[in-house]
Amino acid sequence: MKGEGDSTWQHFDDTVYGGDFLANQPPVKAMCDAAPGIIDLLDRMGVPFNRTPEGLLDFRRFGGTLYNRTAFAGATTGQQLLYALDEQVRRYESEGKVTKYEHWEFLSAVLDGNRACRGICAMDLRSMEVRTFPADAIIIATGGIGAIFGKSTNSVVCTGSAQSALYQQGCYYANGEFIQVHPTSIPGEDKLRLMSESARGEGGRVWVPKTSGDTRDPKSIPESERWYFLEEWYPKYGNLVPRDVATRAIFKVVYEHNLGIDGKPMVYLDLTHVDRKILDRKLEGILEIYEKFVGDDPRDTPMKIFPGMHYTMGGMWVDFKQATNVPGIFAAGECEYQYHGANRLGANSLVSCIFGGFIAGPAAVQYARGTSAAATNGHFDTERKHQEENNAMLMKSEGDENPFRLWQELGELMTKNCTVIRYNKNLQETDGKLVEFLERFRRINLSDRTQWANTSVVFARQLYNMLQLSRVIAQGAAMRDESRGAHYKPDFPERDDKNFLKTTKASFAPDADEPKFEFEPVDVSLIPPRPRKY
Amino acid sequence: MADSKSVLFKIRRQGSPHTSPHWEEFSLAWHPGMNVISSLMEIARNPVTRDGKPTTPITYDANCLEEVCGSCAMLINGTARMACSALIDKLEQPVRLEPLSKFPIVRDLAVDRSVLFENLKRAKAWVPIDGTYDLGSGPRMTMEEQEAAYPLSRCISCCCCMEVCPQFNEDTGFVGAATISQVRLFNTHPTGSALKRERLAALMGDGGIQECGYAQNCVEICPKDIPLTRSISEVGGAVMKQAIGDLFRK
Repeated sequence: MKGEGDSTWQHFDDTVYGGDFLANQPPVKAMCDAAPGIIDLLDRMGVPFNRTPEGLLDFRRFGGTLYNRTAFAGATTGQQLLYALDEQVRRYESEGKVTKYEHWEFLSAVLDGNRACRGICAMDLRSMEVRTFPADAIIIATGGIGAIFGKSTNSVVCTGSAQSALYQQGCYYANGEFIQVHPTSIPGEDKLRLMSESARGEGGRVWVPKTSGDTRDPKSIPESERWYFLEEWYPKYGNLVPRDVATRAIFKVVYEHNLGIDGKPMVYLDLTHVDRKILDRKLEGILEIYEKFVGDDPRDTPMKIFPGMHYTMGGMWVDFKQATNVPGIFAAGECEYQYHGANRLGANSLVSCIFGGFIAGPAAVQYARGTSAAATNGHFDTERKHQEENNAMLMKSEGDENPFRLWQELGELMTKNCTVIRYNKNLQETDGKLVEFLERFRRINLSDRTQWANTSVVFARQLYNMLQLSRVIAQGAAMRDESRGAHYKPDFPERDDKNFLKTTKASFAPDADEPKFEFEPVDVSLIPPRPRKY
Repeated sequence: MADSKSVLFKIRRQGSPHTSPHWEEFSLAWHPGMNVISSLMEIARNPVTRDGKPTTPITYDANCLEEVCGSCAMLINGTARMACSALIDKLEQPVRLEPLSKFPIVRDLAVDRSVLFENLKRAKAWVPIDGTYDLGSGPRMTMEEQEAAYPLSRCISCCCCMEVCPQFNEDTGFVGAATISQVRLFNTHPTGSALKRERLAALMGDGGIQECGYAQNCVEICPKDIPLTRSISEVGGAVMKQAIGDLFRK
């Protein structure tokens, strides 16, 4: 592409290297080999990818690579892919091949006496009816866990509740401690909004005034009084260093050099030097987001940004066929851990969720064909009753804890101690706090006890699952005494392959009501680990 | 009018489709950067009305909070718009929140927008690809073609264009601007155009494109600035042409 000599092997190498060698390499290679075909497929589905003058797909550069590799559709690529896939599902629906259950919430898997999956239990978010759905195999595609951190760039429904429920039912949860913080998010009262990496891909420059407390209008600050710290520290990649590197650099400038704008945790992301026409053609969507949600036009004024929780590299443990350790449960997308190791490269989330689905679908069908009927059907009633009892218990609980307030505290705690910089002391304190939160959860009081579209009871259930999963993140981070990818401990600043070139696997110990951990070697059969230095 | 340190809300509540609506007032302490969603989140943390009466958190739909998913559309001070981009500092007080009025109510501010998705099914708003296996690259498109398609592809299914349309009601069964614009998008796609005749046929007759009364409310309200009236006139012309052609073929 663009005559730069890029290849799928180079994409593979960038992904493995960007992930600090923690991903099992064969599935990553398979993903990178399939990636051009996936882009072609999306193009055929009508995603309006930007074009070159010849009418071919245009590509641009993202963080963590030296190549113009990423196809894009304006600045709303994710939205365009989502809608294109949604349209295809609607087509299958109209042909009677797919039945959608929208406004239903996954509660749990139905497991038989051999702990194999026989279906799911779910709740209608309007009528509050709890029912089971029999299935020979299920594929979990429930996305991220942003809500655990309170405010994140994720959609608000990304609570990780389903993953956590399955972890509590016996699925392994892998590499939970690897949380990607996006260097450029727009701080907001309700959520953090993503300022896409494409802003830097199209020439955006990150800077702060050289003098602490400089309150001048950014446009009036001369070049010589601006500090383009990423360009100075990382001359090769400049503003396009990978996310974890950029995030820590911004933290350093703000918290160690005290150079945040107006003394607040924010730095400038500046596009004002880029031609307006180019900005409108290539970035209009994201610039509009800034304008709409903040009120300033980034074509005229440098944007104010700060790192925010964005993605979980960790997730449900799966094998190379996307199967979890529980027979009949498969997973694909951000809810599983397979493709990103210790840090994800820009644009790889979209390709990995589609590729994971391509593997999981046929694997689930193959499993279903080979499975025989369960000995009895009693497990369905048992699971449904169990979940109905959970709901009833929440409804009649007479405590003094508001679930939404408890959630806010959880978010603040996790953001403070389990994101960019980690200290063992703080992580241990965090886990202690989480135990306290779980105690407080028992005293929950739903101010809404109605039986129709009751969002409080649904949210309370999600909150409980968030609390359980938070412990996996905090304890996993405490155990990993090294720095790798997005996981950074100032007390252990180096990567330690001898002890930690391993996948963290958490399983739930029901009697102790907490996670227990084991470690699994990583398959590095294709690219020998080398130091990660940008 | 509230003093400068608080924000007043009047919210229309309705427990279910079968109960009658009532209004509740809330007062929140002002702080910078508030929007309608962050205010609803605050009410959930402390569900007490302005006069100190305990109540329930407000039910509303929300997902991305970035004007991508379209789910938090509601009436804010009488205007159909996305709650996530409604900045409190730019709204008159009291801030009046109501559900969209032309869609079946679920509860409080949440409505059922499934009519749009049914319409999109009828209009076959997709590219009919052979399969999801690797079949090589898609059709070539010029930069101009991409730039024409892109604005149409930014529809977020929020249904605001349908809410404000005087013709969108049970009497006409009008399909609404969003679906018509999607027909234009897929009819101009090189592969999508294979279903062009079927899409145009779906827009003929009662409830079809002929119901449009050219009020132009849709194009004014669209949060994504989609050229909806242009889509309606182009698709309308194509429907007419096909209808006449069909007459002669009979």
